[in-house]
Amino acid sequence: MKWLPENPNTRLTVKLTAIVSFMFVFAIFIMPPMYDAFCEITGLNGKTGDQYQAVDVKIDTSREIKIQFVATNNEGMPWQFGPEVKTVTVHPGEQTRINYLAKNTTGRDMIGQAVPSLIPYKAASYFHKTECFCFNQQALLAGTEAVLPMYFIVDQDLPEYIKTITLSYTLFDATDRFSKEELLSMAEAGPVTLTAEQ
Amino acid sequence: MAHGPAKGITRWLYTTNHKDIGSMYLWFSFAMFFLGGIFALVIRAELFQPGLQIVEPNFFNQMTTMHGLVMVFGAVMPAFVGLANWMIPMHIGAPDMALPRMNNWSFWILPFAFAMLSSTLFMQGGAPNFGWTFYAPLSTTYAPPSVTFFIFAVHIMGASSIMGAINIIATIVNMRAPGMTYMKMPLFVWTWLITAFLLIAVMPVLAGVVTMMLMDIHFGTSFFDAAGGGDPVLFQHVFWFFGHPEVYIMILPAFGIVSAIIPTFARKPLFGYASMVYATAAIAFLSFVVWAHHMFTVGLPIAGELFFMWATMLIAVPTGVKIFNWVATMFRGAMTFETPMLFSIAFVILFTIGGFSGLMLAIAPADFQYHDTYFVVAHFHYVLVPGAIFSITAGVYYWLPKWCGNMYNETMGKMHFWLAFIGLNVTFFPMHFSGLAGMPRRIPDYNMMFADWNMISSVGAFLFGAAQVMFLYNVIATIVSGKKATDEVWENPEGLEWTVASPAPYHTFSTPPELK
Repeated sequence: MKWLPENPNTRLTVKLTAIVSFMFVFAIFIMPPMYDAFCEITGLNGKTGDQYQAVDVKIDTSREIKIQFVATNNEGMPWQFGPEVKTVTVHPGEQTRINYLAKNTTGRDMIGQAVPSLIPYKAASYFHKTECFCFNQQALLAGTEAVLPMYFIVDQDLPEYIKTITLSYTLFDATDRFSKEELLSMAEAGPVTLTAEQ
Repeated sequence: MAHGPAKGITRWLYTTNHKDIGSMYLWFSFAMFFLGGIFALVIRAELFQPGLQIVEPNFFNQMTTMHGLVMVFGAVMPAFVGLANWMIPMHIGAPDMALPRMNNWSFWILPFAFAMLSSTLFMQGGAPNFGWTFYAPLSTTYAPPSVTFFIFAVHIMGASSIMGAINIIATIVNMRAPGMTYMKMPLFVWTWLITAFLLIAVMPVLAGVVTMMLMDIHFGTSFFDAAGGGDPVLFQHVFWFFGHPEVYIMILPAFGIVSAIIPTFARKPLFGYASMVYATAAIAFLSFVVWAHHMFTVGLPIAGELFFMWATMLIAVPTGVKIFNWVATMFRGAMTFETPMLFSIAFVILFTIGGFSGLMLAIAPADFQYHDTYFVVAHFHYVLVPGAIFSITAGVYYWLPKWCGNMYNETMGKMHFWLAFIGLNVTFFPMHFSGLAGMPRRIPDYNMMFADWNMISSVGAFLFGAAQVMFLYNVIATIVSGKKATDEVWENPEGLEWTVASPAPYHTFSTPPELK
C-alpha cells in the first residue's frame, strides 16, 4: 500500500490504530444492532416484533391458546396500569382486541412507555400485533385516564406444545425524554392512533 | 553516543528510555497494589464478623468496586507493561522500544487516570459502587454522579493500554536483533506479543461500552435502557466480550515469566517451547468465543449454554499443555528453590487449583448454584493472585538484581513467599466453602452460618497484606544497600538480558548482539 508511511514503525502503528478504531466502531455501532437482530430472529429477550400486517388466513378453531396479560410499573412510575381482563382464550389466526387501562394519578403531565416481554421465548415470533399502544409513547395529562388497546393474532404455525402465552408490559416513565410542547401535542392526539380498527 | 540519564525530575518526566519508563510503570503498579490492597482490607475487616461494624453498606460497595478496578487496571496491567518495557528490548536485543515518545505518554497519562478515579471517593454521592463489572442499569440509571469521572478514567486507562500494546507489537515485529527469529524469541516476548493483540482487539470495546454508558447517562440514548427500547443484557454481552479476553491479558504474560524462571532453577531447557507458543495462541483465540459463560443465568437458550460451556472447557486443553510442560521442565531437573522459583512453583500449583474451580464454574447447570457466590470470588482470586501477582513477584525477584545491580535478601524473600503463600490460601480457600454454602458476593453482611469461614479469610487477608509490606521493604533495601550482584546473577540463565552488566547500563544493545 503506497499511501502508508515509509518508516516500518509508523506503518505498523497506522495499521494497528486502524484495528483499534474498527473495534471501537464495532462495539458501539455494530454489536448493538447485531444483538437486536439476533434477538429478533430467536425471540430471545422476549421482545415481540413491530407492527404486523394482517394476512388473510383461516382461523384454526381446533386449537385454543390461553393468553395471560401482566402489567408491571417500573420503579418510580406512579400510574395505575393494568389489563382490563387477565386472561383470554383465542384460536390461532383470529384477531383479538384487548385493553389495558392507564391512569395518571399524579398532579403533573407525564409520558409513559410500555415495553413488552413475552414468555415462552419460543412463542415470541408467533405472536403478532397489528396495533399496539406499546408502539408509541402515551401522554396523559395530570389526573386523566385512557384505554389502551392492543390487537393481536397468534400465528397458526405456533408450535403444538405451546398452550399458554404470557405477555407482560412494563410501564416506564419517559417524561424526561420529551419537551413540554411534544407532551401536549401527544396528549391532544389522544392516547393511541388506531389504524387497525376493524 | 553513550550518555547517561538527565538529572532531576525532568529525567522522569521527559524520559523516552525503556528502562526508566519500565521502572516508573513498576513503581506505579506497586503503589496501586497497596492502594487496592487497603481497599481489600477494608472489605475483609467489615466481613470479619457478621453484622455491620466498620463501614456503611454503600461505602462497602465502593470498596469492592474500587478494589477490583485498581487491582485490574492499576496494579496488574501496568506491572506487566512495566516488565515488558524493561525486558522485551533486552530479550530481543533491541536498543529501546520502537516508539519511545509514545511510551512516555502512555505511562504519564496513567497517574492522571487513577488520580481521577480515586478522587471520586471524596465526591458527593461517593465513588462508583456498582462493582468493577459496572453492569447497567446499576451503573447508568442508579449510579452516583461520580460515574462520569469513572468513565473518563476508564477511557484514559484504555488509551494508555492501547498505546502500550501498539508499542510492544511494533518493537517485537520490527526491532529484533538479526537472527532472532520468531521461534527463537523468549516466551515472555511471545506471550506479550499475543497479549498486545488481545489488548488492541478488546480495549476499544471497553472504551465503546463506557461511551455507550456516557451517552445513556448524559445524551438521552437508550443502549441499555429498556424504557427507550434498549436492553441491559446487551451491556453484559459487550462488557464480557471485552472482559473475557481481559482476564487472559492478565495471565498470558504471567505464563511467559514462569516459562523464563522455571528452566533457570530446574537447570533444564524449557520443555515443549513450540507447544507453549501454540497453546498461548490457542488460549487467546478461544478467549473471544467464551464470554457468555459469565452470564449463564441471564436466560440464554440451551444451544447458547451448551456452546459456551463446551468452548470454555476447551480452554483447559491448551492450558493443560502449559501446566504439563512446566512440570516436565522440572522433572528430573537439578532444582534449587530460590525465591523466584518458589513463587513460580506456587504459581503452577495454585493456578491449577483456580483452573479446576473454573472448570466447575464452566458447567452451565452447576453454575446456577455458584453464580454470584463466594465460590466465584475464590475462583478468580486463585487465578489472579497466584497467577498474576505471584508471577509478577517472581519476575521482580528474578530480574531485580539485573535492574539495580544488587542482590535481594534471600532469607527475607523466602519469608515473604511463605507468608504470602499461607496468607493467600488461608484467605481464599475457605471462600470455596462459604460460596458453595451460598454466601453471596458484594454484600457487607452475612448469615451467622458463614461466620467461621469469613473470620479465617479475614485473618489470612491481613497476613497476606503484611507479607507485601515485607516485599516492599526487601525491594527498597536491595536497591539502597543490597550486596553487589554478578552479571549473570543466576547459574547459566538463558537469555540476552544476562549478557549485559548488572545493573543494566542505561543503553543496551546500541549495536545488535551476536546470536549464537
